[in-house]
Formats: sequence, C-alpha cells, structure tokens
Amino acid sequence: MQPRPLALKILDFASVIVLGIATYLALVFAPTEAVMGQVQRVFYFHIGTAWVGLLGFILAAAAGIAYLVTKDMRWDRFEVAAVEVSTVFFFITIVLGSIWARPAWNTWWTWDPRLTTAAITELIYIAYFMLRQGIDDPEKRARFGAVYTLLGGVSAPITFMVIRLFRSIHPIVIGAANGTQEKMNMTSDMRIAFFFGLFAFTVIFIDMMWHRIRLGALEEKVEQLKLTVSM
Amino acid sequence: MIEVKKLVKRFGLKTILRGLDFSVEPGEFVALLGPNGAGKTTFLRILATLSRPSLGAVMVAGYQLPNQAAQVRAKLGVVSHMPLLYPDLTAEENLRFYGRMYGIGNMEERITEVLEMVGLENRRKDLIRTFSRGMQQRLAIGRAVIHDPEVMLFDEPYTGLDQDASEMLDEVLRSVAAEGRTVVMTSHDLARAEELATRFDILSRGVITASATQKELKKTNLLAFYKQALVD
Amino acid sequence: MMANNSESKKKKVESGKRKAESLHPSFFKATLAIIQKDLSAEFRSFELISAMLVFSLLVIIIFNFALELDIKVRQSVTSGVLWTTFAFAGTLGLNRSMSVEKDRGCMDGLLLAPVDRSVIYFGKAISNLIFMLIVEGIVLPVYSVLYNVNLFRFDLLGVILLGSIGYAAVGTLLSTMSAQTRTREVLLPILLFPVAMPVLLASVKASNGLLAGADFTEVLTPINLLIVYDVIFIAIAFMVFDFVVEE
Repeated sequence: MQPRPLALKILDFASVIVLGIATYLALVFAPTEAVMGQVQRVFYFHIGTAWVGLLGFILAAAAGIAYLVTKDMRWDRFEVAAVEVSTVFFFITIVLGSIWARPAWNTWWTWDPRLTTAAITELIYIAYFMLRQGIDDPEKRARFGAVYTLLGGVSAPITFMVIRLFRSIHPIVIGAANGTQEKMNMTSDMRIAFFFGLFAFTVIFIDMMWHRIRLGALEEKVEQLKLTVSM
Repeated sequence: MIEVKKLVKRFGLKTILRGLDFSVEPGEFVALLGPNGAGKTTFLRILATLSRPSLGAVMVAGYQLPNQAAQVRAKLGVVSHMPLLYPDLTAEENLRFYGRMYGIGNMEERITEVLEMVGLENRRKDLIRTFSRGMQQRLAIGRAVIHDPEVMLFDEPYTGLDQDASEMLDEVLRSVAAEGRTVVMTSHDLARAEELATRFDILSRGVITASATQKELKKTNLLAFYKQALVD
Repeated sequence: MMANNSESKKKKVESGKRKAESLHPSFFKATLAIIQKDLSAEFRSFELISAMLVFSLLVIIIFNFALELDIKVRQSVTSGVLWTTFAFAGTLGLNRSMSVEKDRGCMDGLLLAPVDRSVIYFGKAISNLIFMLIVEGIVLPVYSVLYNVNLFRFDLLGVILLGSIGYAAVGTLLSTMSAQTRTREVLLPILLFPVAMPVLLASVKASNGLLAGADFTEVLTPINLLIVYDVIFIAIAFMVFDFVVEE
C-alpha cells in the first residue's frame, strides 16, 4: 500500500488545527449574542457544515455530468466521495440546527424551507446509496449514480423554491425566519468567528474528500488484485 | 458481412472479451460454441448493438459500431432465448408493432406472409400468453425477420424447448431465418449446431480459439473438435 | 428518409424475393407505435389501470378514517389526499409498465429497433401519463361524489395535468433505472419521491389554493414552478435516457 502523500498529511494536520481555532473562536472569542444567548454559538458551526454540505452536493452533480461526458471512473469516485462527505455534513447541520431551534423557536424541528430542503437532500442521498447498492456492474453503477445526482442536483433548488411558497400558511415560521434575518447583524468579532468557521470547514471538507477519493482508488486496486489472484 | 477486430469488452474491472477477432462472409452460418462464461452472449449483444464495445472495431453490414448503430439495427434480426413478445397482444399485433418500429411498408401483406412462414397463420388472432413455448419461439423468429434483415443473430434459441419443439424450430430456423442470410448463432447444443451451421468457431476465455468449416470437419466430428479446441 | 426508401426499393428489385420495405420510421410514428401497443395491451387485460384504481380507492378510504374527513378538515386536505393517492398509484403503474418490458426481454426488442432511444422514452412516458390521467379521471368524480365537492374545474384539471406530466416524465426515467437493479419495484418510490418532491408540493399548493376559492392569478407562482419543473425534467430525461439503457 502506498503511504499517504505528504500534502495529505499536512492537510490532515491543518484540518485539526483549523478545527481547534474555529472551536475557540466560536465558543470563547465571539461575544455572547444578546437575544439568543449562548446557544447562538452553534450557529458558527451550523453555517460552516451547511456550506460544505451544499458544496459537496453541487460538486457531486457536476461530477455526475463529467462522468457521463467522459466515462472516466475517476469522476465516479469523486462523485461518491462528494456525496458521502456531504451526507455527513448535512446531517451535522440538521442536528446543530435542531439544537439551536429548540430554545430559539421552542421546537426541535420546523418546516422551514432550508431545514426541509436539507432533509430532502439527505433522503436523495440515501436513495442514491440504495440505488448503487442494487447494481453489480461498476460501470452501470457509475452511470446510474451520475444520472441520479444530476436529477437530485436540479430538483433540490426547485424544492426549496416550492417550499418557500408554503411559508405563507405557517405564520409562526415567518416570525422565526425573520428572526434569522435579524441575527445577521453581527459584530466584527462574530464576523471573524463566522468566516473562520466557513474557512475551517472548507479545509476539513477538502481533506475528507481527498481521503475518500483515495480510499475509492484503493478499493478498486483491491478488486483488481482479487481478480488477478482468482485468474 | 461482419468484421470484428481486437474487440475488448470490460464490465468494470472484469474483462469478458480480450481482443477478439472474428469475421463472417455473406451467406455464412457461423455457430459460436464455448463453455459458460466464455463471453458468447456478451459478444452477440455487442453485434446486436445492445452493448457497447470497450475497445476495438466492429463492422456489421457495412456500418461501424457503435456510431452507426441505427443503420445496423435496420439490417439486423435477433432471436434470443426470450421471445421478446408482449403476452397481452395477439400474434398479429405483436408483428404489427415491431413492423411499425422498423417502419416497413406493405404491412398487412408482410404480417400474413411471416405468419405463414412460421406456420402460425391460424393462430394470428390469439394472445401470445396462450402460446406454447415452442410457438412463442417460432413467432419470435417471425418477429426477427419482419423487416427482412440481412444478418441474423441467434442467442441460444433452443433454451427451454423439448425435443419436438426443437425440431420444429430447426426447420423454421433453416427455412425462414437462415435462407439467404448471414447468421451467427450461439449454442450449447453441439448436435443441432452441427446440422445447421456451415462454420464452427470456438469462443473460450474471451477470444476465438479455433475455427473450422463444415467441410474441414468431415474427417473428425464436432465434439472431438470442440474438446480439442478447449484443451488447446 | 428518401434515400433509405429508394435504397430498399432497389434492393427489392434486385433480390426479387425480399418483400419487406424497411425504412427508418419517423420519430413520431415510432413513438405512436409504442403508445398504441401499450394502450391496446392494457385495454385487453386492464391489469395496470385496475390495480391503480382499486389502490387509489383504498387509499382514499384509509384517509377518510385516518384524517376524520369532516367538512372543515376536508377543505384544507383534499388536494393533499388526492396528490398522495395519485403519487402512490402512479408508482404502481410505473413499475408495472416497466416490468412488462423487462420480464420477457421486450426492452431489448425496443432497443433493437432502428429508432432513436428517446423514441422509447417518449413512448413509455406518454403511455404512463395516459394511464395516470385515466385513473385520475375516474378518481376525481368518485371523490367529488363521496365528499360533495366539485373537482371538475378546468383550472384544477390543468394543474393535475401539469403535475402528472412532471411525475410521469421523471417516473419513466427512474423506473427504467430501478427495473435494472436488484431491488427493482421496492426502489422506485424511494428514488422517485425525493426527486419528484417539487411536482407534488407545487401541485398540492396550487390545487389547495384553487379549491379554497383563490383566483387563478393567485396560484400562478406554483403553476409556474410546475411548468419550469416539467420543461427542465423532460429535457434532462431526454438527454440522459441513452445512459440508462445502454450497456
């Protein structure tokens, strides 16, 4: 087995460091928000994970198109990596959102467009994995996976737009959603924690993507070795 | 009529066909023999445009695959071990449907003609679901020749047929499907292949390992030739 | 087309015994052939439509008791009940329609025809849409009678048509995929529902508005989104269908 490349080792190290700094900034450095109190600190990680989750989702759809055009299996590995990493980050986003929502909106869950779209995106991902699971031929698996990420990537934004229409019949959510808008008036220290959070999670995202793509390549190598042995 | 050079087909990491060379002259009837998993069906599906070659050049009826697949399909008739017929349509409706998909003219005339050829004209208004397996397979041959193709591909046409039905099918294959056409057939049944084909190719581990015409075989029998080819 | 025609005619003269004139059928004619084939098979057995229909009625009965559909509740949930019913019955029909092609290898028969792959997609999608519309056309009056509401209004029928088009467009593509997996029938709703979410939600939103007496202009936004979805997904399905049938 090849050892981890040096750049990846450095990135691993950097990921831990930036996560530590981001944690410090969010939990200690940033001032306590006046209305929301301590729980608002969740927000810095919530946005960070949401951003990379979204990034992974878009990258997966793009990789799907790239695979269909080039038929290069590397794009398939990239796509799987993006979907897997993004699934985890979206899940964290939803959990953090719930933790925040409990004191803020007095409920663990609201059918807010963002929250709901994130949940539906998770379901698209689960369906994606089930689809891949049911196909034996790797090339067909890649093709169908690519088509499905493409469909998911196009339908999710439309879902978001449609769900926004429903808010008009949920007045409580409107009030709460307006609260979110107000909260954007951040102090400069908050802004530092906010943007550093985005940066930190982007670094972590790249690191995990790299690991997952590498794992995919190694998996393929194992399959190849198995075949040569069985010949 | 068929010209295949260095054909490679991979499913993921598994290589099924490994640089296969194959050619068929117009009017030849080639039986493709070989053990299970040798890639016979995969190869036939590539010739039938249902599967894309991973590498290599494939020419069928003067057209390049996979780029000119539509032109190839118009000149190709395929009979597989599945009938490819709709159980809730009558014999005549099935033929009419496929006739329309091939855009043939003089439709009704042609349907009658095909039904007569495969000996099912008195069952033309019956649903396929009431047909025996042998009758379905005969109609499947009718379906495959509805557009009068130049090249016929048979993929294990005898699967699931008893002795009598196989003999009837033999007759139809010979008189209807093979007459004046170029044929490639895969089969397990050496005896039937021996009677029908003019040339025998052995496909093993993704390449053609041996080939002999009927005349050459006169000295030895097909079984001995087949065994010898697999040993080599 | 002309070239092919004369070519095959020449061949006919040459060989004498070759009688069938084979020429590539037009896109429209071949699509129509698939639709007519599906319809005549279905109108003989009624397997698919009767299954969808009985299932729809059962769902409505269950909803009746599960939601206690009294007059007040009914007004707000009618469109939700209808669309849930259509969606569930729709997957039933989509699965059946594709397994007819898959079980006896007929899909290969379609793929062997000298026509563009998209002919197969549009043929199957339009057949599926027709089956859905037939079922909806029966469920709507039944629901109207059962609950004494008039669902036969042109604006509402328009919304139902738009929603069904989007659902059948994506559903046909995904059922072609799911039929080729190990889990087959089970997988279709799981693949289809999250991707078809905008269709279902926008249809519910628009139908709800119309049933509550809103003017057509008030529900223009969900209707526009439906149209956008329909156009985008028909285009995508048209482009990617090749990839889900090739090997």
